Amino acid sequence: MYRSSQMAASILVNAVYAMKNFPITLVNTLLSPLSFLLVITLASHGRLLSVSLGGALIMSMVSSGIGLQGDLSHLKNDFKLQDMVVSSPTTASVYLVGMAISEIVYSIPAIAVLGVLASIYIHTTVTGIFQIIAVMTLMFSFSILLGFTLATITYDIIQSWAFSGIISTLISTIPPVYYPITYIPMPFRYAAYASPTTYGAELVQNAIGFVHISTASFITDWMILILINVVFLFIAVKKARWREV
Amino acid sequence: MKGYFKCSGISKTYSKGQIALRDVSFEIPMRGIFSLIGRNGAGKTTLVRILATELMPTSGNVIVDDIDIINDPDTIRRRIAIIPQEARAISWLTPMQTITTFLLYRGVKYSEDKAKAKEVLKEFGLTTVSDKLNRTLSGGQKRKVLVAALVASDADILFMDEPTTGLDPISRAELWDILSYLKKDKFIFLTTHYLEEAERLSDRIGILDQGEIKAIGTMAELRAKVPKKYSISLLDGDHESVEIDNNGSIIKIGSRIFVDENEAYVIAKDLINRNIRFSINPVSLEDIYYSIVKRDIRGEDHVQE
Repeated sequence: MYRSSQMAASILVNAVYAMKNFPITLVNTLLSPLSFLLVITLASHGRLLSVSLGGALIMSMVSSGIGLQGDLSHLKNDFKLQDMVVSSPTTASVYLVGMAISEIVYSIPAIAVLGVLASIYIHTTVTGIFQIIAVMTLMFSFSILLGFTLATITYDIIQSWAFSGIISTLISTIPPVYYPITYIPMPFRYAAYASPTTYGAELVQNAIGFVHISTASFITDWMILILINVVFLFIAVKKARWREV
Repeated sequence: MKGYFKCSGISKTYSKGQIALRDVSFEIPMRGIFSLIGRNGAGKTTLVRILATELMPTSGNVIVDDIDIINDPDTIRRRIAIIPQEARAISWLTPMQTITTFLLYRGVKYSEDKAKAKEVLKEFGLTTVSDKLNRTLSGGQKRKVLVAALVASDADILFMDEPTTGLDPISRAELWDILSYLKKDKFIFLTTHYLEEAERLSDRIGILDQGEIKAIGTMAELRAKVPKKYSISLLDGDHESVEIDNNGSIIKIGSRIFVDENEAYVIAKDLINRNIRFSINPVSLEDIYYSIVKRDIRGEDHVQE
Protein backbone atom coordinates (compact mmCIF):
# COMPACT_ATOMS: atom_id res chain seq x y z
CA MET A 1 0.00 0.00 0.00
CA TYR A 2 1.32 3.39 -1.04
CA ARG A 3 4.96 2.50 -0.49
CA SER A 4 5.97 5.26 -2.87
CA SER A 5 4.13 7.86 -0.74
CA GLN A 6 5.88 6.57 2.36
CA MET A 7 9.29 6.72 0.68
CA ALA A 8 8.47 10.19 -0.62
CA ALA A 9 7.86 11.30 2.97
CA SER A 10 11.45 10.48 3.94
CA ILE A 11 12.83 12.14 0.82
CA LEU A 12 10.81 15.28 1.51
CA VAL A 13 11.70 15.48 5.22
CA ASN A 14 15.36 14.71 4.94
CA ALA A 15 16.31 16.27 1.61
CA VAL A 16 13.82 18.30 -0.39
CA TYR A 17 12.36 20.45 2.39
CA ALA A 18 15.75 20.87 4.06
CA MET A 19 17.26 22.11 0.78
CA LYS A 20 14.21 24.22 -0.05
CA ASN A 21 13.96 25.89 3.36
CA PHE A 22 17.72 26.15 3.93
CA PRO A 23 19.51 26.44 0.54
CA ILE A 24 22.87 26.84 2.31
CA THR A 25 22.83 23.03 2.79
CA LEU A 26 23.34 22.71 -0.98
CA VAL A 27 26.66 24.52 -0.74
CA ASN A 28 27.79 22.21 2.06
CA THR A 29 26.91 19.04 0.19
CA LEU A 30 28.69 20.35 -2.89
CA LEU A 31 31.89 21.40 -1.12
CA SER A 32 32.51 18.33 1.06
CA PRO A 33 33.56 15.80 -1.61
CA LEU A 34 35.35 18.45 -3.65
CA SER A 35 37.66 19.57 -0.85
CA PHE A 36 39.82 16.40 -0.78
CA LEU A 37 39.81 16.28 -4.57
CA LEU A 38 41.21 19.79 -4.72
CA VAL A 39 43.90 19.21 -2.09
CA ILE A 40 45.15 15.92 -3.58
CA THR A 41 45.11 17.32 -7.12
CA LEU A 42 47.08 20.42 -6.11
CA ALA A 43 49.54 18.46 -3.98
CA SER A 44 50.22 16.01 -6.83
CA HIS A 45 50.46 18.78 -9.44
CA GLY A 46 47.47 17.28 -11.24
CA ARG A 47 48.98 13.81 -11.59
CA LEU A 48 46.37 12.24 -9.29
CA LEU A 49 43.37 14.14 -10.69
CA SER A 50 41.68 11.08 -12.24
CA VAL A 51 42.38 8.93 -9.16
CA SER A 52 41.08 11.68 -6.87
CA LEU A 53 37.97 12.01 -9.00
CA GLY A 54 37.34 8.26 -8.66
CA GLY A 55 37.92 8.63 -4.91
CA ALA A 56 35.54 11.57 -4.72
CA LEU A 57 32.85 9.54 -6.47
CA ILE A 58 33.31 6.74 -3.94
CA MET A 59 33.33 9.22 -1.08
CA SER A 60 30.16 10.92 -2.27
CA MET A 61 28.50 7.51 -1.83
CA VAL A 62 30.13 6.72 1.52
CA SER A 63 29.27 10.19 2.78
CA SER A 64 25.62 9.31 2.21
CA GLY A 65 25.85 6.60 4.84
CA ILE A 66 27.71 8.85 7.25
CA GLY A 67 25.14 11.57 6.60
CA LEU A 68 22.28 9.13 6.99
CA GLN A 69 23.59 8.02 10.35
CA GLY A 70 23.66 11.60 11.62
CA ASP A 71 20.34 12.60 10.07
CA LEU A 72 18.46 9.55 11.34
CA SER A 73 19.91 9.94 14.84
CA HIS A 74 18.89 13.60 14.88
CA LEU A 75 15.37 12.83 13.65
CA LYS A 76 15.03 9.92 16.06
CA ASN A 77 16.49 11.39 19.23
CA ASP A 78 15.61 15.07 18.94
CA PHE A 79 12.25 14.94 17.14
CA LYS A 80 11.11 11.35 17.89
CA LEU A 81 10.32 10.85 14.21
CA GLN A 82 11.30 7.18 14.25
CA ASP A 83 8.90 6.47 17.14
CA MET A 84 6.09 8.14 15.20
CA VAL A 85 6.90 6.18 12.05
CA VAL A 86 7.23 2.83 13.88
CA SER A 87 3.62 3.27 15.06
CA SER A 88 2.45 3.85 11.49
CA PRO A 89 1.93 1.56 8.49
CA THR A 90 5.45 2.42 7.23
CA THR A 91 7.87 -0.50 7.61
CA ALA A 92 11.54 -0.27 8.57
CA SER A 93 12.69 -1.21 5.06
CA VAL A 94 10.48 1.42 3.38
CA TYR A 95 11.71 4.05 5.85
CA LEU A 96 15.33 3.03 5.21
CA VAL A 97 14.98 3.05 1.41
CA GLY A 98 13.25 6.45 1.51
CA MET A 99 15.95 7.90 3.74
CA ALA A 100 18.70 6.34 1.59
CA ILE A 101 17.22 7.96 -1.52
CA SER A 102 16.99 11.24 0.37
CA GLU A 103 20.75 11.13 0.90
CA ILE A 104 21.25 10.60 -2.85
CA VAL A 105 18.93 13.52 -3.57
CA TYR A 106 20.94 15.57 -1.10
CA SER A 107 24.15 14.61 -2.91
CA ILE A 108 22.86 15.35 -6.42
CA PRO A 109 24.72 18.69 -6.74
CA ALA A 110 28.02 17.05 -5.78
CA ILE A 111 27.43 13.97 -7.95
CA ALA A 112 26.50 16.18 -10.90
CA VAL A 113 29.71 18.24 -10.62
CA LEU A 114 31.83 15.12 -10.10
CA GLY A 115 30.08 13.44 -13.03
CA VAL A 116 30.93 16.33 -15.34
CA LEU A 117 34.56 16.39 -14.15
CA ALA A 118 34.80 12.60 -14.48
CA SER A 119 33.49 12.69 -18.05
CA ILE A 120 36.24 15.18 -18.90
CA TYR A 121 39.22 13.82 -16.97
CA ILE A 122 38.57 10.08 -16.58
CA HIS A 123 39.23 8.04 -19.70
CA THR A 124 37.88 4.53 -19.49
CA THR A 125 35.92 1.92 -21.40
CA VAL A 126 32.18 1.26 -21.20
CA THR A 127 32.98 -1.77 -19.02
CA GLY A 128 35.06 0.53 -16.83
CA ILE A 129 32.13 2.93 -16.44
CA PHE A 130 29.88 0.06 -15.38
CA GLN A 131 32.50 -1.11 -12.92
CA ILE A 132 32.74 2.37 -11.39
CA ILE A 133 28.95 2.58 -11.11
CA ALA A 134 28.82 -0.91 -9.55
CA VAL A 135 31.50 0.00 -7.01
CA MET A 136 29.64 3.22 -6.18
CA THR A 137 26.43 1.25 -5.70
CA LEU A 138 28.06 -1.28 -3.37
CA MET A 139 29.77 1.51 -1.41
CA PHE A 140 26.43 3.28 -1.10
CA SER A 141 24.54 0.23 0.12
CA PHE A 142 27.29 -0.70 2.60
CA SER A 143 27.42 2.79 4.06
CA ILE A 144 23.64 3.11 4.21
CA LEU A 145 23.26 -0.21 6.05
CA LEU A 146 26.02 0.75 8.46
CA GLY A 147 24.55 4.22 8.99
CA PHE A 148 21.02 2.91 9.56
CA THR A 149 22.15 0.30 12.07
CA LEU A 150 24.19 2.80 14.06
CA ALA A 151 21.42 5.40 13.96
CA THR A 152 18.85 3.03 15.42
CA ILE A 153 21.04 2.19 18.41
CA THR A 154 22.07 5.73 19.31
CA TYR A 155 20.29 7.49 22.12
CA ASP A 156 21.86 10.90 21.85
CA ILE A 157 23.18 13.14 19.10
CA ILE A 158 26.54 13.21 20.92
CA GLN A 159 26.89 9.46 20.23
CA SER A 160 25.96 10.09 16.62
CA TRP A 161 28.63 12.77 16.20
CA ALA A 162 31.19 10.38 17.65
CA PHE A 163 30.13 7.61 15.25
CA SER A 164 30.30 10.02 12.29
CA GLY A 165 33.82 11.08 13.21
CA ILE A 166 35.04 7.52 13.73
CA ILE A 167 33.48 6.15 10.53
CA SER A 168 34.67 9.10 8.51
CA THR A 169 38.24 8.63 9.69
CA LEU A 170 38.26 4.85 9.32
CA ILE A 171 36.65 4.59 5.90
CA SER A 172 37.46 7.82 4.17
CA THR A 173 40.49 9.61 5.60
CA ILE A 174 42.89 6.74 6.37
CA PRO A 175 42.19 4.36 3.44
CA PRO A 176 43.81 5.14 0.06
CA VAL A 177 40.66 6.38 -1.64
CA TYR A 178 42.07 9.52 -3.26
CA TYR A 179 45.50 8.03 -4.06
CA PRO A 180 46.94 4.56 -4.85
CA ILE A 181 47.56 2.12 -2.02
CA THR A 182 51.22 1.87 -3.06
CA TYR A 183 51.71 5.32 -1.53
CA ILE A 184 51.22 3.77 1.88
CA PRO A 185 54.42 2.24 3.27
CA MET A 186 54.48 -1.36 4.42
CA PRO A 187 53.35 -2.73 6.86
CA PHE A 188 50.64 -0.03 7.21
CA ARG A 189 49.33 -1.04 3.80
CA TYR A 190 47.77 -4.15 5.33
CA ALA A 191 45.81 -1.99 7.80
CA ALA A 192 44.25 -0.13 4.88
CA TYR A 193 42.63 -3.36 3.74
CA ALA A 194 40.51 -3.28 6.90
CA SER A 195 38.38 -0.65 5.18
CA PRO A 196 35.86 -1.60 2.46
CA THR A 197 36.63 1.65 0.66
CA THR A 198 40.17 0.40 -0.08
CA TYR A 199 38.77 -2.43 -2.22
CA GLY A 200 36.35 -0.07 -3.95
CA ALA A 201 39.11 2.45 -4.66
CA GLU A 202 41.40 -0.29 -5.99
CA LEU A 203 38.70 -1.42 -8.43
CA VAL A 204 37.97 2.14 -9.57
CA GLN A 205 41.68 2.92 -10.00
CA ASN A 206 41.97 -0.29 -12.04
CA ALA A 207 38.93 0.66 -14.14
CA ILE A 208 40.41 4.05 -15.03
CA GLY A 209 43.78 2.44 -15.82
CA PHE A 210 45.79 4.15 -13.09
CA VAL A 211 46.78 0.85 -11.44
CA HIS A 212 46.66 -2.65 -12.80
CA ILE A 213 45.60 -5.38 -10.41
CA SER A 214 45.85 -9.12 -11.00
CA THR A 215 42.78 -11.15 -11.94
CA ALA A 216 42.92 -12.80 -8.53
CA SER A 217 42.91 -9.40 -6.77
CA PHE A 218 40.15 -8.19 -9.09
CA ILE A 219 37.90 -11.14 -8.18
CA THR A 220 38.85 -10.94 -4.50
CA ASP A 221 38.02 -7.23 -4.33
CA TRP A 222 34.55 -7.77 -5.82
CA MET A 223 33.90 -10.77 -3.57
CA ILE A 224 34.90 -8.80 -0.50
CA LEU A 225 32.68 -5.84 -1.43
CA ILE A 226 29.71 -8.13 -2.00
CA LEU A 227 30.44 -10.07 1.19
CA ILE A 228 30.69 -6.85 3.21
CA ASN A 229 27.26 -5.83 1.92
CA VAL A 230 25.77 -9.21 2.82
CA VAL A 231 27.31 -9.04 6.30
CA PHE A 232 26.06 -5.49 6.90
CA LEU A 233 22.62 -6.40 5.58
CA PHE A 234 22.56 -9.25 8.09
CA ILE A 235 23.73 -6.95 10.89
CA ALA A 236 21.12 -4.33 9.93
CA VAL A 237 18.33 -6.92 9.96
CA LYS A 238 19.47 -8.46 13.24
CA LYS A 239 20.79 -5.52 15.20
CA ALA A 240 18.97 -2.41 14.00
CA ARG A 241 16.34 -1.42 16.54
CA TRP A 242 13.04 -0.58 14.90
CA ARG A 243 10.53 -1.96 17.35
CA GLU A 244 12.70 -1.98 20.42
CA VAL A 245 13.11 -5.02 22.65
CA MET B 1 -14.14 -8.27 22.16
CA LYS B 2 -14.78 -5.30 19.88
CA GLY B 3 -14.32 -1.77 21.18
CA TYR B 4 -12.14 -2.83 24.08
CA PHE B 5 -8.50 -2.44 24.94
CA LYS B 6 -7.32 -5.40 26.97
CA CYS B 7 -3.87 -5.70 28.56
CA SER B 8 -3.01 -8.97 30.27
CA GLY B 9 0.05 -9.43 32.46
CA ILE B 10 2.26 -6.88 30.73
CA SER B 11 5.71 -6.82 32.29
CA LYS B 12 8.83 -5.09 31.08
CA THR B 13 12.35 -5.51 32.36
CA TYR B 14 15.03 -3.60 30.45
CA SER B 15 18.31 -5.20 29.53
CA LYS B 16 20.14 -3.70 32.51
CA GLY B 17 17.67 -5.34 34.87
CA GLN B 18 15.55 -2.26 35.49
CA ILE B 19 11.94 -3.33 36.05
CA ALA B 20 9.57 -0.83 34.41
CA LEU B 21 6.24 -2.69 34.48
CA ARG B 22 5.00 -5.52 36.68
CA ASP B 23 2.07 -7.63 35.56
CA VAL B 24 -0.07 -4.77 34.26
CA SER B 25 -3.59 -5.95 33.47
CA PHE B 26 -6.67 -3.89 32.66
CA GLU B 27 -9.56 -3.73 30.27
CA ILE B 28 -11.05 -0.44 29.12
CA PRO B 29 -13.62 0.52 26.51
CA MET B 30 -12.13 2.45 23.58
CA ARG B 31 -14.25 5.54 24.01
CA GLY B 32 -13.37 9.10 24.93
CA ILE B 33 -10.16 9.80 26.80
CA PHE B 34 -8.30 7.38 29.02
CA SER B 35 -5.62 9.07 31.13
CA LEU B 36 -2.76 7.23 32.72
CA ILE B 37 -1.38 9.17 35.65
CA GLY B 38 1.67 8.59 37.75
CA ARG B 39 4.84 10.28 38.82
CA ASN B 40 8.04 10.37 36.76
CA GLY B 41 9.47 6.88 36.38
CA ALA B 42 6.16 5.16 37.20
CA GLY B 43 6.26 3.32 33.86
CA LYS B 44 3.75 5.41 31.88
CA THR B 45 5.96 5.93 28.84
CA THR B 46 7.05 2.29 28.78
CA LEU B 47 3.41 1.17 28.78
CA VAL B 48 2.42 3.64 26.06
CA ARG B 49 5.37 2.59 23.89
CA ILE B 50 4.34 -1.06 24.25
CA LEU B 51 0.72 -0.27 23.37
CA ALA B 52 1.81 1.85 20.40
CA THR B 53 3.87 -1.15 19.16
CA GLU B 54 7.19 0.67 19.56
CA LEU B 55 8.51 -1.57 22.30
CA MET B 56 8.21 -5.29 22.97
CA PRO B 57 7.12 -6.29 26.47
CA THR B 58 9.06 -8.94 28.37
CA SER B 59 5.80 -10.84 28.85
CA GLY B 60 2.06 -10.42 28.51
CA ASN B 61 -0.25 -9.55 25.68
CA VAL B 62 -2.51 -6.78 24.47
CA ILE B 63 -5.70 -7.36 22.52
CA VAL B 64 -7.39 -4.50 20.69
CA ASP B 65 -10.56 -5.36 18.79
CA ASP B 66 -9.55 -9.02 18.62
CA ILE B 67 -6.10 -8.08 17.27
CA ASP B 68 -3.06 -9.34 19.16
CA ILE B 69 -0.97 -6.20 18.82
CA ILE B 70 2.17 -7.72 20.33
CA ASN B 71 2.43 -10.49 17.74
CA ASP B 72 0.61 -8.77 14.88
CA PRO B 73 1.57 -5.09 15.10
CA ASP B 74 1.15 -4.34 11.38
CA THR B 75 -2.63 -4.67 11.45
CA ILE B 76 -3.13 -2.24 14.32
CA ARG B 77 -0.59 0.27 12.98
CA ARG B 78 -3.13 1.39 10.39
CA ARG B 79 -5.39 2.48 13.24
CA ILE B 80 -2.97 4.03 15.74
CA ALA B 81 -0.87 7.18 15.84
CA ILE B 82 1.32 8.61 18.57
CA ILE B 83 2.88 11.79 19.83
CA PRO B 84 5.79 10.41 21.83
CA GLN B 85 7.05 12.05 24.98
CA GLU B 86 9.31 15.02 24.15
CA ALA B 87 8.37 14.86 20.46
CA ARG B 88 8.96 18.13 18.63
CA ALA B 89 7.81 19.44 15.29
CA ILE B 90 10.84 19.18 12.98
CA SER B 91 12.43 22.60 13.06
CA TRP B 92 13.30 22.92 9.36
CA LEU B 93 9.78 22.09 8.18
CA THR B 94 6.67 24.26 8.09
CA PRO B 95 3.40 23.10 9.72
CA MET B 96 2.04 22.31 6.24
CA GLN B 97 5.13 20.23 5.40
CA THR B 98 5.02 18.50 8.81
CA ILE B 99 1.43 17.38 8.35
CA THR B 100 1.75 16.37 4.71
CA THR B 101 4.81 14.22 5.35
CA PHE B 102 3.18 12.61 8.39
CA LEU B 103 0.20 11.73 6.22
CA LEU B 104 2.48 10.26 3.57
CA TYR B 105 4.07 8.02 6.20
CA ARG B 106 0.55 6.91 7.10
CA GLY B 107 -0.01 5.88 3.50
CA VAL B 108 -2.15 8.80 2.33
CA LYS B 109 -1.66 9.48 -1.37
CA TYR B 110 0.44 12.51 -2.32
CA SER B 111 -2.49 13.85 -4.36
CA GLU B 112 -4.77 13.87 -1.31
CA ASP B 113 -2.62 14.89 1.61
CA LYS B 114 -2.28 18.61 0.93
CA ALA B 115 -6.05 19.09 0.98
CA LYS B 116 -6.31 17.13 4.24
CA ALA B 117 -3.48 19.14 5.78
CA LYS B 118 -5.07 22.43 4.74
CA GLU B 119 -8.35 21.41 6.30
CA VAL B 120 -6.84 20.42 9.64
CA LEU B 121 -4.60 23.50 9.79
CA LYS B 122 -7.74 25.62 9.43
CA GLU B 123 -9.50 23.57 12.09
CA PHE B 124 -6.61 24.16 14.51
CA GLY B 125 -6.31 27.88 13.75
CA LEU B 126 -2.85 27.42 12.22
CA THR B 127 -3.58 28.69 8.71
CA THR B 128 -1.70 31.96 9.23
CA VAL B 129 1.47 30.13 10.24
CA SER B 130 1.12 27.17 7.88
CA ASP B 131 4.10 28.24 5.75
CA LYS B 132 6.35 29.52 8.53
CA LEU B 133 9.15 27.34 9.80
CA ASN B 134 8.25 25.32 12.90
CA ARG B 135 11.28 26.75 14.70
CA THR B 136 9.69 30.21 14.62
CA LEU B 137 6.41 29.07 16.23
CA SER B 138 5.51 29.27 19.92
CA GLY B 139 5.68 26.14 22.08
CA GLY B 140 1.90 25.84 22.04
CA GLN B 141 1.71 26.18 18.27
CA LYS B 142 4.42 23.56 17.78
CA ARG B 143 2.53 21.09 19.95
CA LYS B 144 -0.69 21.91 18.08
CA VAL B 145 1.07 21.09 14.80
CA LEU B 146 1.84 17.58 16.08
CA VAL B 147 -1.69 17.05 17.35
CA ALA B 148 -3.04 18.35 14.02
CA ALA B 149 -0.90 15.78 12.19
CA LEU B 150 -2.42 13.01 14.29
CA VAL B 151 -5.92 14.30 13.72
CA ALA B 152 -5.41 14.57 9.96
CA SER B 153 -4.52 10.90 9.83
CA ASP B 154 -7.17 8.22 9.63
CA ALA B 155 -6.05 6.73 12.96
CA ASP B 156 -8.87 6.22 15.44
CA ILE B 157 -6.64 5.37 18.42
CA LEU B 158 -4.37 8.24 19.42
CA PHE B 159 -1.60 7.94 21.98
CA MET B 160 -0.32 11.16 23.50
CA ASP B 161 2.50 10.91 26.00
CA GLU B 162 2.47 14.01 28.19
CA PRO B 163 1.37 16.32 25.36
CA THR B 164 0.90 19.38 27.56
CA THR B 165 4.17 19.24 29.49
CA GLY B 166 5.97 22.54 29.33
CA LEU B 167 3.07 24.51 27.87
CA ASP B 168 1.86 27.78 29.36
CA PRO B 169 -1.63 27.76 30.95
CA ILE B 170 -3.35 29.31 27.93
CA SER B 171 -1.76 26.92 25.43
CA ARG B 172 -2.60 24.04 27.73
CA ALA B 173 -6.23 25.13 27.96
CA GLU B 174 -6.37 25.39 24.15
CA LEU B 175 -5.03 21.87 23.82
CA TRP B 176 -7.58 20.64 26.37
CA ASP B 177 -10.36 22.10 24.21
CA ILE B 178 -8.96 20.32 21.18
CA LEU B 179 -8.73 16.99 23.03
CA SER B 180 -12.28 17.37 24.35
CA TYR B 181 -13.45 17.92 20.80
CA LEU B 182 -11.43 15.01 19.42
CA LYS B 183 -12.70 12.46 21.89
CA LYS B 184 -16.09 12.47 20.20
CA ASP B 185 -14.70 10.52 17.24
CA LYS B 186 -11.45 9.01 18.46
CA PHE B 187 -10.12 7.10 21.42
CA ILE B 188 -7.33 9.02 23.12
CA PHE B 189 -4.85 7.30 25.40
CA LEU B 190 -3.21 10.11 27.33
CA THR B 191 -0.45 10.13 29.90
CA THR B 192 0.06 13.07 32.17
CA HIS B 193 1.31 14.01 35.56
CA TYR B 194 -1.05 16.97 35.70
CA LEU B 195 -3.86 15.55 37.81
CA GLU B 196 -6.17 18.47 37.11
CA GLU B 197 -5.79 17.75 33.40
CA ALA B 198 -6.66 14.08 33.82
CA GLU B 199 -9.67 14.86 36.01
CA ARG B 200 -10.99 17.49 33.65
CA LEU B 201 -10.57 15.59 30.39
CA SER B 202 -10.85 11.91 31.10
CA ASP B 203 -13.66 9.44 30.89
CA ARG B 204 -11.49 6.90 32.63
CA ILE B 205 -8.28 7.18 34.61
CA GLY B 206 -5.60 4.69 35.53
CA ILE B 207 -3.13 5.22 38.35
CA LEU B 208 0.28 3.69 37.69
CA ASP B 209 2.91 3.60 40.39
CA GLN B 210 6.21 1.73 40.49
CA GLY B 211 5.23 -0.20 37.38
CA GLU B 212 1.90 -1.42 38.77
CA ILE B 213 -1.66 -0.36 38.11
CA LYS B 214 -2.98 0.73 41.50
CA ALA B 215 -6.48 1.74 40.44
CA ILE B 216 -8.47 2.23 37.29
CA GLY B 217 -11.95 3.50 36.49
CA THR B 218 -14.18 6.55 36.11
CA MET B 219 -13.85 9.36 38.66
CA ALA B 220 -16.88 7.95 40.49
CA GLU B 221 -15.33 4.49 40.56
CA LEU B 222 -12.01 5.86 41.81
CA ARG B 223 -13.78 7.88 44.50
CA ALA B 224 -15.44 4.69 45.67
CA LYS B 225 -11.99 3.17 46.23
CA VAL B 226 -10.98 5.67 48.92
CA PRO B 227 -12.49 5.48 52.40
CA LYS B 228 -12.83 9.25 52.88
CA LYS B 229 -14.89 10.76 50.10
CA TYR B 230 -15.01 14.43 51.15
CA SER B 231 -12.46 17.07 51.93
CA ILE B 232 -12.98 20.00 54.30
CA SER B 233 -10.81 23.09 54.23
CA LEU B 234 -10.89 26.40 56.09
CA LEU B 235 -11.50 29.57 54.17
CA ASP B 236 -9.68 32.79 55.07
CA GLY B 237 -11.10 34.26 58.26
CA ASP B 238 -10.31 34.91 61.89
CA HIS B 239 -8.93 31.45 62.58
CA GLU B 240 -5.47 30.23 61.59
CA SER B 241 -6.36 26.74 62.71
CA VAL B 242 -9.32 25.04 64.28
CA GLU B 243 -9.62 21.96 66.44
CA ILE B 244 -12.49 19.81 65.31
CA ASP B 245 -15.04 18.64 67.84
CA ASN B 246 -15.16 14.91 68.60
CA ASN B 247 -12.31 14.32 66.24
CA GLY B 248 -9.09 15.66 67.73
CA SER B 249 -7.81 16.72 64.30
CA ILE B 250 -6.69 20.25 63.56
CA ILE B 251 -7.36 22.00 60.27
CA LYS B 252 -5.08 24.86 59.31
CA ILE B 253 -5.81 27.45 56.65
CA GLY B 254 -4.52 26.08 53.35
CA SER B 255 -4.77 22.46 54.43
CA ARG B 256 -7.55 19.90 54.11
CA ILE B 257 -8.92 17.05 56.11
CA PHE B 258 -10.51 13.99 54.55
CA VAL B 259 -13.67 12.63 56.03
CA ASP B 260 -16.50 10.23 55.31
CA GLU B 261 -20.11 11.33 54.91
CA ASN B 262 -21.08 11.07 58.59
CA GLU B 263 -17.96 12.88 59.78
CA ALA B 264 -18.56 15.56 57.19
CA TYR B 265 -22.05 16.17 58.55
CA VAL B 266 -20.88 16.40 62.15
CA ILE B 267 -17.88 18.63 61.43
CA ALA B 268 -19.84 20.93 59.14
CA LYS B 269 -22.53 21.38 61.78
CA ASP B 270 -19.88 22.15 64.41
CA LEU B 271 -18.07 24.68 62.21
CA ILE B 272 -21.32 26.43 61.32
CA ASN B 273 -22.23 26.68 65.01
CA ARG B 274 -18.81 28.22 65.70
CA ASN B 275 -19.27 30.63 62.79
CA ILE B 276 -16.13 29.39 61.05
CA ARG B 277 -16.00 29.71 57.25
CA PHE B 278 -15.12 26.48 55.44
CA SER B 279 -15.67 24.58 52.22
CA ILE B 280 -16.61 20.95 51.74
CA ASN B 281 -16.07 19.09 48.48
CA PRO B 282 -15.99 15.60 47.07
CA VAL B 283 -12.38 14.41 46.97
CA SER B 284 -10.50 15.41 43.82
CA LEU B 285 -8.36 13.15 41.66
CA GLU B 286 -5.34 14.66 43.39
CA ASP B 287 -6.73 13.56 46.76
CA ILE B 288 -7.53 10.11 45.43
CA TYR B 289 -4.12 9.78 43.82
CA TYR B 290 -2.28 10.70 47.00
CA SER B 291 -4.54 8.53 49.07
CA ILE B 292 -3.96 5.47 46.88
CA VAL B 293 -0.27 5.98 46.23
CA LYS B 294 0.67 7.04 49.76
CA ARG B 295 -1.49 4.35 51.32
CA ASP B 296 0.45 1.92 49.26
CA ILE B 297 3.79 3.35 50.35
CA ARG B 298 3.01 3.85 54.04
CA GLY B 299 0.20 1.42 54.57
CA GLU B 300 -2.02 4.38 55.56
CA ASP B 301 -5.56 4.96 54.51
CA HIS B 302 -5.92 8.53 55.70
CA VAL B 303 -3.98 11.45 54.43
CA GLN B 304 -3.91 14.98 55.76
CA GLU B 305 -1.93 17.58 53.86
